[in-house]
Amino acid sequence: MKRLWLILPLALFAVFLGVAGYQLTQPKDEFVRSTMIGKPLPAFDLPGATDEAPRVASASFADGQPRLLNVWATWCVPCIAEAPQLEELAERGVPIVGVAIRDEPEAIARFLENYGNPYEVIARDDIAELQLGLGSSGIPETFVVDGDGIIRYQHIGDIRADDVDEIYAAWEDAR
Amino acid sequence: MIAELGLAALWLAAGLCVLQLFAGVLGARAGDDGVVSALTRPAAIVQGLVLLVSFACLLRVFAVTDLSVALVAANSHADKPLIYRISGAWGNHEGSMLLWVTILGLCSALVAAFERRMDDRFMKSMLAAQAFIGLGFIAFLLFSSNPFARLNPPADFGAGLNPLLQDIGLALHPPTLYLGYVGLSVAFSFVVAGLVTRQAGPELARVMRPWVLAAWIALTLGIAAGSYWAYYELGWGGWWFWDPVENASLMPWLAATALLHSVGVLAARDALRTWTIMLGVVAFSMSMVGTFLVRSGILTSVHAFAVDPERGGFILALLALYVGGAFALFALRAGALAEGKRFATISREGALVFNNVMLSAILAVVLLGTLYPLLAEAFGTRVSIGPPYYNPVTAVFAVPMLLVLLVGPMLRWKRDKLSRVRVPVALCVAILAAGLTVLVFFTEAGVLSTIGLALAAALALASWFPLRGRKLRRVPLALWGSMLAHFGIAVSLFGMASESAFSIERLVAVEAGDVVEVGPFTASLRAVEPVAGPNWSALQGDILVSRGGSETVLQPQARYFTEPAQNTSEAALLTRWDGQLYAILGDAAGEGRWQLRLWWKPFVTLIWYGALLIALGGLLSIFGHLRGSARSRKIREEVARRRAEKERRARA
Amino acid sequence: MIATGLAAIALAVAAPGAGQAVSSAPLANTQLADPQAEAQAQDLMEELRCLTCQSQSIADSNAPMAGDMRHQVRSRIAAGESPEEVRAWLVERYGDYITYRPGIGSATWPLYALPILFLLIALVVLVRRLGRNGE
Repeated sequence: MKRLWLILPLALFAVFLGVAGYQLTQPKDEFVRSTMIGKPLPAFDLPGATDEAPRVASASFADGQPRLLNVWATWCVPCIAEAPQLEELAERGVPIVGVAIRDEPEAIARFLENYGNPYEVIARDDIAELQLGLGSSGIPETFVVDGDGIIRYQHIGDIRADDVDEIYAAWEDAR
Repeated sequence: MIAELGLAALWLAAGLCVLQLFAGVLGARAGDDGVVSALTRPAAIVQGLVLLVSFACLLRVFAVTDLSVALVAANSHADKPLIYRISGAWGNHEGSMLLWVTILGLCSALVAAFERRMDDRFMKSMLAAQAFIGLGFIAFLLFSSNPFARLNPPADFGAGLNPLLQDIGLALHPPTLYLGYVGLSVAFSFVVAGLVTRQAGPELARVMRPWVLAAWIALTLGIAAGSYWAYYELGWGGWWFWDPVENASLMPWLAATALLHSVGVLAARDALRTWTIMLGVVAFSMSMVGTFLVRSGILTSVHAFAVDPERGGFILALLALYVGGAFALFALRAGALAEGKRFATISREGALVFNNVMLSAILAVVLLGTLYPLLAEAFGTRVSIGPPYYNPVTAVFAVPMLLVLLVGPMLRWKRDKLSRVRVPVALCVAILAAGLTVLVFFTEAGVLSTIGLALAAALALASWFPLRGRKLRRVPLALWGSMLAHFGIAVSLFGMASESAFSIERLVAVEAGDVVEVGPFTASLRAVEPVAGPNWSALQGDILVSRGGSETVLQPQARYFTEPAQNTSEAALLTRWDGQLYAILGDAAGEGRWQLRLWWKPFVTLIWYGALLIALGGLLSIFGHLRGSARSRKIREEVARRRAEKERRARA
Repeated sequence: MIATGLAAIALAVAAPGAGQAVSSAPLANTQLADPQAEAQAQDLMEELRCLTCQSQSIADSNAPMAGDMRHQVRSRIAAGESPEEVRAWLVERYGDYITYRPGIGSATWPLYALPILFLLIALVVLVRRLGRNGE
């Protein structure tokens, strides 16, 4: 019994070494993933890209058509980098809804003019209420929402050229 | 040239380390009195001096901003004030490791030069252990973190030091903490020598004690400085967030606090032998684990620097070697140690055992909370553990510990009766009851703050109870030290509880001329104007603050540093005897208005004054014990001299 | 250099709220009028993690997203939700990572079970060590 107590510190330390060593070899995943996958899109009703444009609401999502929901902003540099990939997805027939975070109509118009407009429609989320509702923690992020308005997939960070197929496949799966 | 000299000195120190290790190991074998093993002490002394030369070289290249040295180019800038050019030398991973190793070398040299109380074999084992630790870290510097690496071609200008670190508190904070870590490594080497030579009695405790105390003082001051820095520099008024890096410095402190009390028992009463040995290993392990957590980047934190998995791997290997080795030695040898003396439940030892067990449990909780996110991540989930977890869970152990502290120091060694101390105990109970009643019925303080305030009040008085029945002029210095340190705990606890119970926060958007009430103060914003500093420019708010007719101007700033480009918020603090007013200038809120964030924090400064008292108490204890030890040595020598004289006379 | 610094400040002042610089949510930096509701919101905000910072609560952070989260907390509490309902709403979206007060769930139960074990060990050690009364 006494022996056991004396070995205990060594054993606990070995466990610590094991975990620490394992974690050191793992790539550090800084992303905070949404836990809304498989749950319905939160209800929202946001202004459109301009003050005259029609409002965008969650009700329009449950129409049988799966969509991408792209959380972005004109002031976000990686969003410029992902613009061509969004363009490509749109060309392959994927409807994309943009959610512009803390943005202005003029800035949005300028951005679309410079980098292309892949969006079916754009909603302005000035206080990030939809972003928080989605469980999104950064910009840009892209979600796949199926025809019943259920969130199916989350992509964190800008969409690189080699992410396009995976996102397209996730959209196909949601059909 | 200076950089090459520094590097050469580092290599020389590595060579001396090998010699010290080799000679020490030879000397640790029984019956060896060879020529080589006699070199152990001299090697340790020279090694300390050589490391000092190496570190001086690093200071020099930073002071003159030698941009051909990669480390300087990456972390300094010629435009900075001299003090921050110099402190930049340890404001980075490589430089701080060199400082660590230098302090370690100097401590070994001190031990080698002055410690004469233990036998030769013990001292050689001890210095061999020190050399083994030093060698690992010097190798780490030489092979993976060379601070003297050249940059070819030299940089045109330096990248600068993170402006948050350009602060006098933070210039002094790391060296203080390293002193603590290194002090614990010295205690650890003593413990290893004790295990190797099978000596774990009061003599071991007496040679360890000054180092444990010194380490503990340094850790206390280092943690307090870090906390005050976070409080005024990060600009959100918090002084402790249970952040992984803060925990990394708290864990060695908790272990050192436990160790210092069990060392006291071992020295005075020859009890708790195995336990003291184990705490010695644990305390050093905690400083190594802390170093690993901070530098490997394995945990994310506000304070993290030098994030690099390769370095993390190196430190982890050192950790496995030292701590794994020590625990293995402990498992092999500790069973054979003679058990110490026995004592009754109600006795000074009994109270100290209680303190030790509770401190260890708190340490276990903090360790669990710090490492748990790491474990959870290995299983694919992420969790956050913060104040709402640590505060109540540690309180479960801290509150009983503090209750026992009210009585413990009054008890006699070996065996005592509670009835002997019933008057002071009744007094404590009365204060606690009165304090709790007043707080519960007349304030809205939370549960933990209420308990904290009442306990602090009782402890503030109880810490002086050991004076009872003593002649004031004959109270030993070490006892003054312990009473002062316990009083410091009460002061600090009062500050913490008061800050959390009674702080008032006001968040407003105001334009010039608007008046805001915050606690007992009225504040009015007069203007916001640009100002310029040596390597920054800022927007400065001009706030007129008044209370009871006395007026002061507070000038919080939003600073914009240029090298490197970064924004910081400089809080303005108004310190009064009963608390601090804390003001932050926020963003422009449109229409000529500005965001102001104001706090009134009653008695918050007591947190750090308490820490100073604790450290001062520790210092008195060191002097007291060293004086006591010198005195008893003199008496021993005197006795031996007389006996020799007597024998000589008898022979004649 | 000082001149460029001042110019930079002038720019920063000229464009408040442009892009990501600050949260424009109304309750991000405005306290609720009801002191009790504000105190509840404040206590909760100190327990929620800022997701774009390192080890900071949303109460302590200047990040725009933290501001938007403060707005959600204040407006939901002002609308009559309890702090625990607001916390649950966020945990549903971000998982346990968002809260500094780990609940008792499948991933967090050891955080409470182990301290109870520590307490038991402490009691056993104390009883064994002190119970025999030194004879």
